Amino acid sequence: MSNCVCGTKKEEKKIQIDVDDVHKLLKKYEGKTGVLVHALQDVQEEFGFLPEESLEVIADEFDLSLAHVYGVASFYAHFYFTPRGKNIIKVCTGTACYVRGSKLILEGLEEELGIKAGETTDDLEFTLETVSCVGCCALAPVVVVNENVSKERNPKKIISALKNKGEENDE
Amino acid sequence: MSKLKNFKELSALREKICNKRARQKKTIVRVCSGTGCRASGSQKVVEAFKKEAAKQGVDFEIRPTGCQGLCEKGPIVIVEPLDVFYQKVDPFDAAKIIDLTINRGKVIDRLQVVDPITGDLAVKEEEISFYGKQHRIVLRNCGQIDPTNIEDYIAVGGYEALAKVLSDMTPEEVIDEVKKSNLRGRGGAGFPVGRKWEGGRRTKGNIKYIVCNGDEGDPGAFMDRSVLEGDPHSVIEGMAIGAYALGNCEKGFIYVRQEYPLAVENLTIAINQARELGLLGNNILGSCFNFDLEIKRGAGAFICGESTALMFSIEGKRGMPRTTPPRSVEKGLWGKPTVLNNVETLANIAPIIIKGADWYTSIGTKGSPGTKIFALTGKVKNTGLIEVPMGVTIREIVYDIGGGILGDKEFKAVQTGGPSGGCIPKEYLDLPVDFDSLDEVGAMMGSGGLVVMDESNCMVEIARYFLSFTQVESCGKCPPCRIGTYEMFNILTRIVEGKGEEGDIERLEIIGKHIQETALCGLGKSAPNPVLSTIKYFRDEYEAHIRNRYCPAGACTALGRYRIHEEECLLCGLCKEVCVYDAIVEERDRFYIDQSYCEKCGACIGVCPTGCVVREFEEKTVSSGKQAVPAGRVCRQTGRQEVVK
Repeated sequence: MSNCVCGTKKEEKKIQIDVDDVHKLLKKYEGKTGVLVHALQDVQEEFGFLPEESLEVIADEFDLSLAHVYGVASFYAHFYFTPRGKNIIKVCTGTACYVRGSKLILEGLEEELGIKAGETTDDLEFTLETVSCVGCCALAPVVVVNENVSKERNPKKIISALKNKGEENDE
Repeated sequence: MSKLKNFKELSALREKICNKRARQKKTIVRVCSGTGCRASGSQKVVEAFKKEAAKQGVDFEIRPTGCQGLCEKGPIVIVEPLDVFYQKVDPFDAAKIIDLTINRGKVIDRLQVVDPITGDLAVKEEEISFYGKQHRIVLRNCGQIDPTNIEDYIAVGGYEALAKVLSDMTPEEVIDEVKKSNLRGRGGAGFPVGRKWEGGRRTKGNIKYIVCNGDEGDPGAFMDRSVLEGDPHSVIEGMAIGAYALGNCEKGFIYVRQEYPLAVENLTIAINQARELGLLGNNILGSCFNFDLEIKRGAGAFICGESTALMFSIEGKRGMPRTTPPRSVEKGLWGKPTVLNNVETLANIAPIIIKGADWYTSIGTKGSPGTKIFALTGKVKNTGLIEVPMGVTIREIVYDIGGGILGDKEFKAVQTGGPSGGCIPKEYLDLPVDFDSLDEVGAMMGSGGLVVMDESNCMVEIARYFLSFTQVESCGKCPPCRIGTYEMFNILTRIVEGKGEEGDIERLEIIGKHIQETALCGLGKSAPNPVLSTIKYFRDEYEAHIRNRYCPAGACTALGRYRIHEEECLLCGLCKEVCVYDAIVEERDRFYIDQSYCEKCGACIGVCPTGCVVREFEEKTVSSGKQAVPAGRVCRQTGRQEVVK
């Protein structure tokens, strides 16, 4: 962090997507009803989030207004409108995890990553989220790292394991 | 596999599978592969077994099963035919298990479960007190069969009920049988299933739907997940029977929560296998009955567990509840009559059809027959999934099955029904658990989460926690829920932070009652329950927070004033190091806390090696040190969990 960034506006990275990809994904839903949520899920699976252009394509394809599509997408917690990190860490804050101290793990991770729950680090490496119950209450408190439920509770170890893994892959 | 054309072919297939298995007489190693055990590394154990089997040249079947219930002790491995029960199995143990247990029939002590009550080593499942009082109907196959293999399900009598219904029973007879069994919906409200189906059958319509509610949103409950993962065919069979009873119902939906990827995976396999055998699709078993299923994945909204919201979500809309009537039995999915049942309810159907309503009513209590699965979690020794007959007492669940409170602390309360339920205090330990008795004490069956709390859990904080959940998950359609829960949450936050005012308790009660009376949907109506029930039974705790700025459980760190006892201080400076607010001032011969900077986070208490940082209350002083640290607190310095004295 040698360069001071005071006063300079953070440049918003716009991620370009291929609109044809979205069209391809939507092909299987032609002529079907009640598939908007599924279509959004598919698009998100492909891009990791829902880019603005993709919503326009979906609205076009299903003959709905963009407001309607956005309304549905923003209703559900699972849809994201900004790019997410490479590693997604979810801390369970369900009842069982909560009474066994998941709040402290969350605070530790927030401190370690320098972001709050629901945010992504600037280098797009980590996203920190909370989830209300993953159904592993017997192992409480649990942290879900990239869709795998982990019993590791030390925030430092969780992060360093992921960082090491990333470096190994780079090599 | 080719399609089964009639009922005889199904029984012939069953016979063939059973005979083949009896002839082979293979040793079976059942490895639990539920989400809980997977998190503990059970997939690696399966791999290790496969590798070792090839290496040692031993022929046996490795069967990855669904949840065994005792998730905390995972990965769990059971070796048949001796039925030896092993806990916490490591991949390295595979070679030893094959060598000693499979080849020589010996039991490895190190992997046995030590019963928390008797202290004995248990060899078989029945010998563990956790399983002793259980009665497994819904979970009959969970942990026994491989959920991804339809042959396993057929071998244990699967789809027999569907064949019986299609060949010998009229839809009315099916409904009568279910009505006679008095099976009540396991989703929470306990509405009789037979009456719901009857209503669905009476409603006229060319197209009807049956929907399975697998949107198990209650934090602290995971029975639906376990059933869907471990025995998906039982739900499919239950739905097919329901569809037959409704008439004109050729399509069903299973709505599964987005957080349960394994359940979706196993269900997809199960549905495809059932289609291949002709147990789903057109002209099932040659009976001219058509039925097919589709999985709908949720997208992370708690409110979608509510029936009307769930249907909107299936239609691809925002999952917001609507006013009833018309009830969904009259106007549901796309305006057509729709019957919605919970996963656990549907898994009960096949046994009722096969063994009859009389058998079913002989289990449980008169008003609530049968069994109920509970997810026993929180501060108990044995945590996991249990299925018990209705009417067992909370004491039996917590002490006999759960093995007592963790660290032998004092039992304080048990929270049932998740964010819609309430807390049940010590006085009601001998309360028999069923739908009606729980309603009477202000709690609720809900989907069956049982979170046990001990003396170190603050009830005000727990109430605040539940409200923070319902407040975030409120869909925002009706003001009582949207604004009411927000206001209640604010008041509770104030109390927990030590800024409570006289009259706050009454305010909470008034708002809570208004929400209960005026909210649009069941979830809104039940949202104030955790607050109202904790006020009812733990009013003194609320009063202590407000009047004395004192938390009897010692959990609310924001209460009181932090001070360093200078006489005992070693001047190590750890507290200053850990304080992120820079509130600790160092002088030549002492450290002190600058109150204007202190944010009362409690970090200094956690690191002090001599316990000389204390929290003082206006009237009462709680000696601090390790005692005032909330249980399970992770030390910021070492990353280890603090030991609570």
